[in-house]
Amino acid sequence: MTARVGVITFPGSLDDSDAARAVARAGGEPVPLWHGDNDLRGVDAVILPGGFSYGDYLRCGAIARFAPVMRELVPAARAGLPVLGICNGFQILCEAHLLPGALTRNAGLRFIDRDVRLRIETTATPWTRGFAPGQEITVVLKSGEGAYVADAGTLAALAAGGQVVARYSGGNPNGSAGDIAGVCNEAGNVVGLMPHPEHAIDPLTGPGRDGLGFFTSVGSAMAGR
Amino acid sequence: MVDTVARAAAAPDQPQPHAELGLTDAEYARIRELLGRRPTDAELAIYSVMWSEHCSYKSSKVYLRQFAEKAPSTRALLAGIGNNAGVVDIGQGYAVTFKIESHNHPSYVEPFQGAATGVGGIVRDILAMGARPVAVMDALRFGPADAPDTRRVLPGVVGGISFYGNCLGLPNIGGELAFDPCYSGNPLVNALCVGVMRHADLKLAAARGTGNAVILLGSGTGPDGIGGASVLASATFAGGESAKRPSVQVGDPFMEKLLIECCLELYAAGVVVAIGDLGAAGIACATTELAAAGGTGMTVALDRVPLRDEGLGPAAILMSESQERMMAITEPASLPAFLEICAKWDVPATVIGEVTGTGQLEVGWHGAQVAAMPPASAAEGPLYDRPAARPAFQDKLQLDEPTALTGPMVGATGDRLRSDLLALIGSPDGAAKTWVTEQYDRYVRGNTVLAVPHDAGVLRIDEESFIGIAISTDGNGRYCLLDPYAGAQLALSEAYRNVAATGAVPLAVTNCLNFGSPEDPAVMWQFAESVRGLADGCQSLGVPVTGGNVSFYNQTGSQQIHPTPVVGVLGVLGDVRTRLPSGFGAAGETIMLLGATAAEFGGSLWAYVRHGHLGGLPPAVDLAAEQRLASVLATGAAQGLLSAAHDLSDGGLAVALAECCLVAGTGCEVEVPSVPFVSLFSESVARAVVAVRARARDQFGELCAAEGVPASVLGRTGGTALDVAGQFVIPLDELAAVHQGTLPAIFG
Repeated sequence: MTARVGVITFPGSLDDSDAARAVARAGGEPVPLWHGDNDLRGVDAVILPGGFSYGDYLRCGAIARFAPVMRELVPAARAGLPVLGICNGFQILCEAHLLPGALTRNAGLRFIDRDVRLRIETTATPWTRGFAPGQEITVVLKSGEGAYVADAGTLAALAAGGQVVARYSGGNPNGSAGDIAGVCNEAGNVVGLMPHPEHAIDPLTGPGRDGLGFFTSVGSAMAGR
Repeated sequence: MVDTVARAAAAPDQPQPHAELGLTDAEYARIRELLGRRPTDAELAIYSVMWSEHCSYKSSKVYLRQFAEKAPSTRALLAGIGNNAGVVDIGQGYAVTFKIESHNHPSYVEPFQGAATGVGGIVRDILAMGARPVAVMDALRFGPADAPDTRRVLPGVVGGISFYGNCLGLPNIGGELAFDPCYSGNPLVNALCVGVMRHADLKLAAARGTGNAVILLGSGTGPDGIGGASVLASATFAGGESAKRPSVQVGDPFMEKLLIECCLELYAAGVVVAIGDLGAAGIACATTELAAAGGTGMTVALDRVPLRDEGLGPAAILMSESQERMMAITEPASLPAFLEICAKWDVPATVIGEVTGTGQLEVGWHGAQVAAMPPASAAEGPLYDRPAARPAFQDKLQLDEPTALTGPMVGATGDRLRSDLLALIGSPDGAAKTWVTEQYDRYVRGNTVLAVPHDAGVLRIDEESFIGIAISTDGNGRYCLLDPYAGAQLALSEAYRNVAATGAVPLAVTNCLNFGSPEDPAVMWQFAESVRGLADGCQSLGVPVTGGNVSFYNQTGSQQIHPTPVVGVLGVLGDVRTRLPSGFGAAGETIMLLGATAAEFGGSLWAYVRHGHLGGLPPAVDLAAEQRLASVLATGAAQGLLSAAHDLSDGGLAVALAECCLVAGTGCEVEVPSVPFVSLFSESVARAVVAVRARARDQFGELCAAEGVPASVLGRTGGTALDVAGQFVIPLDELAAVHQGTLPAIFG
């Protein structure tokens, strides 16, 4: 069956239509979700897209975490619903304590828009199961507060527990601890990724189609239930 | 005590501060004559901002008429000059609206907010036409890159554009960055926005329908940007600029993003009769222009305007340039639906008045009338035909040809040519702009097909049919100083050629005319010549001017900028999959040079970088040749004969080849005709480098012959160096290090 993948629009979400396009391109059915609704519309998976929810006021993701839709999402994610937070979505998942650590200002203190190489560190998540372990892919990084930080104990636990989903390869663009580009929760169903796979689904409009794997992965994960 | 219409009649001789507000004695007298009494404080505020140079175009209108008078006949124009932005039919039911606007003065006084709100302002212009904004570009000019003040202004400007544009979710798909001492103290920050709509969605800013509601939506009104259009944008700098910082607005891109989505939903729901953006001159401008365009009247109660500062009086509320506001007209029956959509998007919306049939703008403040005036008298403004005179320095400048510098280069060694090329691509003007463009989101919305460093930004408009658009902005202050008529046409030529190099067919033009003080006859002559040149050029090329912006007073004391018309050209691509990148890709393809080369070095990058020389005449304009070249490029792209095309401009063939190699890291081996120096560095117009697909060489050659475009084989793509046979070899690593290193070394 076709995976129904919800894409949440918060005030200030920007890459929501891009995430929906990527879901459709991967054969899934994108389902728009609204921040103000207490309703996940029965979707099989959820994407929190990139952008500047609530203008990044207070702190990136700090206000979005209190949106009505998050009251539904948090328990569902804890119960195993596949969730992918991209860029601002990653920041929201950290603020909502669904993922450990936090995202801070880039080392250079400037916004960075750049094609980056990633190494997929674990394929044991519904979003990366279609990749080969250690596979290198090219996707788009575009963020001002993308430097992943966590205390030493957390970083060690992430590495030991296979919770580092992807690392930057061939240069750390933003000062992220351990070159970390993405992490998941202990169960593996909630993934946060700073770069944007949804902008690497078509060589016409991005650096290639390597990013499509995240969206086909979740589709096959649903089909394989 | 608030000044009312009744008080103005009762105390007719009360002194008023018209000069401090930027009005001349004659203009003040004219206002009194129009009203038959002295203006109230509120009326004086309205006239002072609406009659400012920035809003009224009072010194430029007499020339700008040529854009309409000389407009080539085209069916592509759905709305032209005089609207917030021109609207172009690109086919398949799509209309594209685009415009470029200056935010020069605010960006010098407060670089970050000045540039940020420049983006915000042009985006609202596009939104007001009924379109979804889909991309931005920025054309930037600063003083010398290594000057201390440039290090203050440039990072602030780029940061502001990055902050605002990225937060709005609009891809930045291109622009310009140039440096010259003439822009010290007068940086040019020109922002372009492009929007897309269906033909039926076009909105015009004309208040119609007696009894319809006047709604102010968006941010609260605060004390920021008061007098921005008059005391800031319409005067020269003369020291004490930091005191003008309150005249700069402060931007909230989050509110603007909500405003965009809210307005688009309002349009889709059919609850908007008319809409206008609030930019320069704020409510004063929106009310007078909406009522004047509709031929109607309007009553407005200023005490209903939501304020961020309760201390503001009526005059300040009228003049405030607080950002992220729009004014809409809706039918009373649609009002509940209108307000419900605004609530969904958390956009404050307040009914502040209604459309009337009186032909008067009547402004109230807690029950008292503080303004009662014919709106058109403010919206139309005065008209000046200022003295214009060819500058005394012009002849001497034009006679100062760089022949003494170029002469010895005829016998230049390969080593000398090599070091000259490296000097050019490592100069701030010739260097890679990555330091800037990496701070801009180019990918958001997922339709960016080409952005920097390609010749033009290319966007996909329709995901099914693949129709798309290409846009480029260009200007060259050096050429324009030498000859403003030719210089304006050269800016047009280059933008036209850049669009053509992607394979697109150029359709329409927007412009941002940056000049010194119109009160200087020499500047007025430069302006007159530039407008005449641009209007004639557009007529010849068959591309109409759809709108634009004039920025005068770009001077500090008597030091004025070079005349700098910046021209934006929009083109259409039937299928964006056929677009041409500017860099070499596959190895083994044939590199050809299209166009004819003469020894033309007046105003060239070579003369400027190598010798600090600026004199002589700019390259000869040849618009017919540009059209032939564009035709060949469009056909070559559409038929799949070419794999890359790059226009030749600053720094000529040498710089173009270096850039072609660096885009994708594919080198080339070429041979250039004698004289190598002239072949490599001349800036003759109507030329491009192309990579021809392996089996298409004969067919492309025949196409060029049929169109009358000179075409010569230079060599082949491939390798890891730029290899000019018998002259020099530069490994791509070295080329890239020089090209990329300059701006980070200066700006960190």
